[in-house]
Amino acid sequence: MKLLSGDRPRSTMLTLILLGIFLCLALAPFLFPGVRSLETAARICIFIVLVASYDLLLGYTGIVSFAHTMFFGLGAYGVALASVHMERGFGALAVGTVAGAVAAALLALVIGLFSLRVRAIFFAMITLAVAAAVAVLVSQLSAITGGEDGLNFRIPRELTPAFRLGEVAGVKINGKLLNYYLVFGSSLMLFLLLLRIVNSPFGRVLQAIRENDFRAEAVGYRVVWYRVTATCLSAAVAALAGSLFAIWLRYVGPDTVLSFEIMLDILLMVVIGGMGTIYGAVVGATIFVLAQNYLQALMGRAAESVAGVPLLPDLLNPDRWLLWLGVLFILSVYFFPTGIVGRLRGKA
Amino acid sequence: MSAAPDHTPTMAGLGLVERLARAMPLLLVPVLVMAGFVAIGTTSSWLTLTVSGLAMGMMIFIMASGLTLVFGLMDVINFGHGAFISVGAFVGISVLLGLGAWTGALSLVLNVGAVMLAVFAAMIVTGLLGWGFERIIVRPVYGAHLKQILVTVGGLIVIEQMIQVIWGPDEIFLTRPEMLKGAVIFAGAAIEKYRLLAVAVGLVLFVLMRVVFRRTKIGLIVRAGVENGEMVQALGYRLRVVFVGVFIAGSALAGLGGVMWGLYQEVITAGMGEEMMILVFIVVIIGGLGSVEGAFIGALLVGLTQNYVAFLTPKLALISNIGLMTAILMWRPQGMLPVVKAK
Repeated sequence: MKLLSGDRPRSTMLTLILLGIFLCLALAPFLFPGVRSLETAARICIFIVLVASYDLLLGYTGIVSFAHTMFFGLGAYGVALASVHMERGFGALAVGTVAGAVAAALLALVIGLFSLRVRAIFFAMITLAVAAAVAVLVSQLSAITGGEDGLNFRIPRELTPAFRLGEVAGVKINGKLLNYYLVFGSSLMLFLLLLRIVNSPFGRVLQAIRENDFRAEAVGYRVVWYRVTATCLSAAVAALAGSLFAIWLRYVGPDTVLSFEIMLDILLMVVIGGMGTIYGAVVGATIFVLAQNYLQALMGRAAESVAGVPLLPDLLNPDRWLLWLGVLFILSVYFFPTGIVGRLRGKA
Repeated sequence: MSAAPDHTPTMAGLGLVERLARAMPLLLVPVLVMAGFVAIGTTSSWLTLTVSGLAMGMMIFIMASGLTLVFGLMDVINFGHGAFISVGAFVGISVLLGLGAWTGALSLVLNVGAVMLAVFAAMIVTGLLGWGFERIIVRPVYGAHLKQILVTVGGLIVIEQMIQVIWGPDEIFLTRPEMLKGAVIFAGAAIEKYRLLAVAVGLVLFVLMRVVFRRTKIGLIVRAGVENGEMVQALGYRLRVVFVGVFIAGSALAGLGGVMWGLYQEVITAGMGEEMMILVFIVVIIGGLGSVEGAFIGALLVGLTQNYVAFLTPKLALISNIGLMTAILMWRPQGMLPVVKAK
């Protein structure tokens, strides 16, 4: 319980679901052999951290940011640039990761000082503008960032499929597997760290600010300081998740780490899972990534089956899946504001 | 009885420095234009850039004015505003393409008539859409900023995707009506006719808005509502109704802005509203939330800066707006002319 910082799931059903997800992710290479399922599992791990760090901001502090993918991208590009310019090895990964996280925290500090000082709502608008400017900058400065094509880079040989160690229970133990466990282990640690943060006295103050910032200020907490610190922490963790993503993919590009679409995905995952509960990130990210992988195929099939009807095939076109995401998003904010975790906890 | 306290009130008027400091936001535009002249050097390119900067600023102002008022009145922040820009552009341009015979003719009357019809159609559609949007999306989440942002972003996505369902996913290219093509030569500078039209429309709209706000009763209620809504309600006015009206008008203006921007760029995409929203937000923030005049000055500043910087150092143009916003917020954290008290 100490590991969970005293914040139990508080619902039998939720405990079972979380345990199930944990076991599936921990044993993914053995339970679901295959390249595609391993990709999915790694994606889930990374998005759990990314979404949990966003929840620290949205769910716990009550600040809306549209720059979370920017911080994610900073971490990813940090690793990519370090790997391109330094010798191949773990040193480059470490330098890139640290540099990305520090850069993200500093940028968050500057944005936060500018916008959170006046009113929290500025923050949403300013982050949107800054994130858009950074995305344009990254795709324009192709000499440094590779532009729209992004960057391919080499990671240490120990983390690539070429590094073979043998076989256990019919599963080949190679560098890819080690890479997966690097992602899994780091994600788990970051997740527990976030759980620790939100259940600390610091996290309690954040919740107080979310509920009533005026009263929190009156009680004697410096609201701006807490908000800015939460923003920086959240940005740094997002950058670390970005570094993991880059190490896993061995590639970064504007579409994979910086696009506004990922920002929407994160928002949806937080809302579906449940705002203000770090566990919500686990449930939300898992459901969403699985749905994303398999729903589009389903929509394509549905579109074919109604080919004769007017308008319907267009609505069900797999390219229009954002439309349904948007509808789902609005409906869940209205009717499902506490998300899955909130519902499960409410029953218990 | 004690004697009156000894004090001597001073009746001196404001000094020159104080007057200048107060008028500073208003003076920024001419100052920027002068600075641009000094930096650029040649009159002809300076004139071309200034007119295109003003045109761009006017169009952004048209889109931003509704947003800032909606925020001022009801404390509603509408991230879905950009969707109205896109919808306006698509409806307007569809009408224009349908009136090909009018836009192709070499007659100013027919050309302007076609544009007017397109603008009219776009404003009606976006106005209606705004009305529906207010009822379905915004009304259930009054007073909750967090939910407002989330829900209106959802609305933005849904409307943008619906545009792609109806008009297809590809961008639509178009050409301006015959008489609005080309440029006039003035003092050795080529000035596009369409830009002059955009400046004129923007100025007329701004003056019209000023008149409505300063001279009519409805304008008085709106201004009072922005400053202290509870008091206006206590005096017996139904602010909700006024607010819905402002929301619809703001949406219709966004539609107008969309048509004009589409004609300016000669290409429209479903994502154009979302891209414009970034500029619109910058304008609303530097102008001061709730202030129409602030939005006007802010829009002109953004348009001029972008054009000057793009000419002087093209690399910097990408972040010039962010730089402008940073500078203004360092000077006045609330924006230039804030009306709404910080909450």
